[in-house]
Amino acid sequence: MIRRLGAGLAVLWAAATASYVALLLAPGDTVDILIGDGADTPEIRAGIIAEWGLDRPEIVQYLAYLWRLLHGDLGRSYQLQRGVGEVLAGQIGPTVQLTLAAAATGVALAAVIAIGTAGRGRWPRAAASAAELVSVSVPPFLIGIVLLSVFSFTLGWFPVSGAEGPAALVLPALALGLPIAGVLGQVLRGGLERALEQPFAVTARARGLTERALVARHALRHALLPAVTMAGWFTGALLGGAVITEVLFGRPGLGQVAMQAVTSQDMPVVMAVVLLSAVVYVTISTLLDLAYRVIDPRIRS
Amino acid sequence: MPPTSRDAVRPAVRPAGWSAVPLWWLVPGAFLAVLALAVAVPGLLAAADPLAADPVDALAPPGAAHWFGSDHLGRDVLARVVHGARHSISIGVAATGLAVTAGVLLGLAAGLSPTWLDEALARTFDVLSTLPELLLALLVVAITGPGTVNVIFAIAVAQIPTYARVIRAQTFVVRRSGYVEQAVTFGRSRLAINTGHVLPNVLGPIPVLATIGLGQAVIASSGLSFLGMGPQPPAAEWGAMLSEARNYLRVAWWEALFPGLAITLTVVCLTVVGRRLQRRFEGRTP
Repeated sequence: MIRRLGAGLAVLWAAATASYVALLLAPGDTVDILIGDGADTPEIRAGIIAEWGLDRPEIVQYLAYLWRLLHGDLGRSYQLQRGVGEVLAGQIGPTVQLTLAAAATGVALAAVIAIGTAGRGRWPRAAASAAELVSVSVPPFLIGIVLLSVFSFTLGWFPVSGAEGPAALVLPALALGLPIAGVLGQVLRGGLERALEQPFAVTARARGLTERALVARHALRHALLPAVTMAGWFTGALLGGAVITEVLFGRPGLGQVAMQAVTSQDMPVVMAVVLLSAVVYVTISTLLDLAYRVIDPRIRS
Repeated sequence: MPPTSRDAVRPAVRPAGWSAVPLWWLVPGAFLAVLALAVAVPGLLAAADPLAADPVDALAPPGAAHWFGSDHLGRDVLARVVHGARHSISIGVAATGLAVTAGVLLGLAAGLSPTWLDEALARTFDVLSTLPELLLALLVVAITGPGTVNVIFAIAVAQIPTYARVIRAQTFVVRRSGYVEQAVTFGRSRLAINTGHVLPNVLGPIPVLATIGLGQAVIASSGLSFLGMGPQPPAAEWGAMLSEARNYLRVAWWEALFPGLAITLTVVCLTVVGRRLQRRFEGRTP
């Protein structure tokens, strides 16, 4: 467990360093970016350099950056002239809503696909495979466009954009959740089919368990193991997809913030979003490692 | 699909379904051939000029004049989809080529280095692959600015860790193999062994990975173009076309449908071909 936490911290440190390197690589003079369209005099320049500590050696700036990060200070946005932490905190709500709703949609649909098709012969299996193939092959924004044109423009069931009320969450969550459902469903189904061929499944059937009880009580637990190892992919798909989904559906959130920051080269904000996604990744994979131990008692020793 | 004679002679454990029908070799192959033609000589498939605007003829539904309809500026959607193949595919191919080259070199370097350097490189690959590819690509675009070349570079950077990790693992296997030991015994130089024995033998999984990776690169490039980071208008690139078309969804579904289909079919075909190759060469399902 200690080892696991250490590895997580190492990843975070590396991500922080990588984003600092990105800042150094960014073209253009930081002072120029900070001045923007404002007045440009030598005094103002000197003031900015002193305020942001740009005259110090890079290694000192790097250590100061890490030190501030340790205290939860993400720095200041070049463009918005506000603390990055404040900017992100104001926008994190809609993104958390979206990703959680999409994750729930994806997992629920994956379970339906897996339980509905596992061990039912050739046609359901082919359908699940086709669903998986399509979900890795369709760009995430295309699913969103199709959903928009059918359910918003043609049928008028859901709002076209914004994040007002639960109805506005349905289509974005589906657009982000469907590709996940396809891939995860395929993995779960494979696990379920392998589990149903195991000797313990034969024993359970011999004890008179119905097929449904066998799946619910025994096989699903085995099928979960390979699915849990997909966690990294899953988190990445959610976080990366959230950017595109928010832009497509005109939702506020971290993805929009990241996009604007990329366009205006507001590096502190871009770095903070990248760091945040690394934190989320490390947290989720650590939690799932724990879940792994709960699901499979054999690896506890 | 009806069972074919090929199914009869295969062992029963072979996965059935879409993977069992040889037709699935033929259809993606044919589509990819048409695609290659569109990249090489787009004029042959669509005579119209993809950039010629005609406001009078804007948003015309598919018909005899415009098979795929016309867009909001009256440009022929068929011509734009066909000519767009050159942009979209060449970005994907260039990004994949760059990622494979860098991935092979870095993976090989890690696998052949002393332990401390190998550890450092391996951990770097790990960290990079924990970040979502799209965010990593956006980080690169934030540094370099938008544009075709920068998008190629961004996608390549995001995909390097995948190839590097595979090659590093392969290198470990090959280094311990009998033929490398033999070559060492015969006193061949390290350079000769590494270029003559290790390099060719670690490349085994690359064609398959690169085929599937090309599909993912096409998706990534269309995503970045959709966000306005790729080729700038009026260039006909599939992702950029979709980005423009989304403002006219209510009136012109065809403007979004055809570029969307083009991306999807391309990636489906590449994925199917890649997985079939994988099954053939590795004897296992992905």
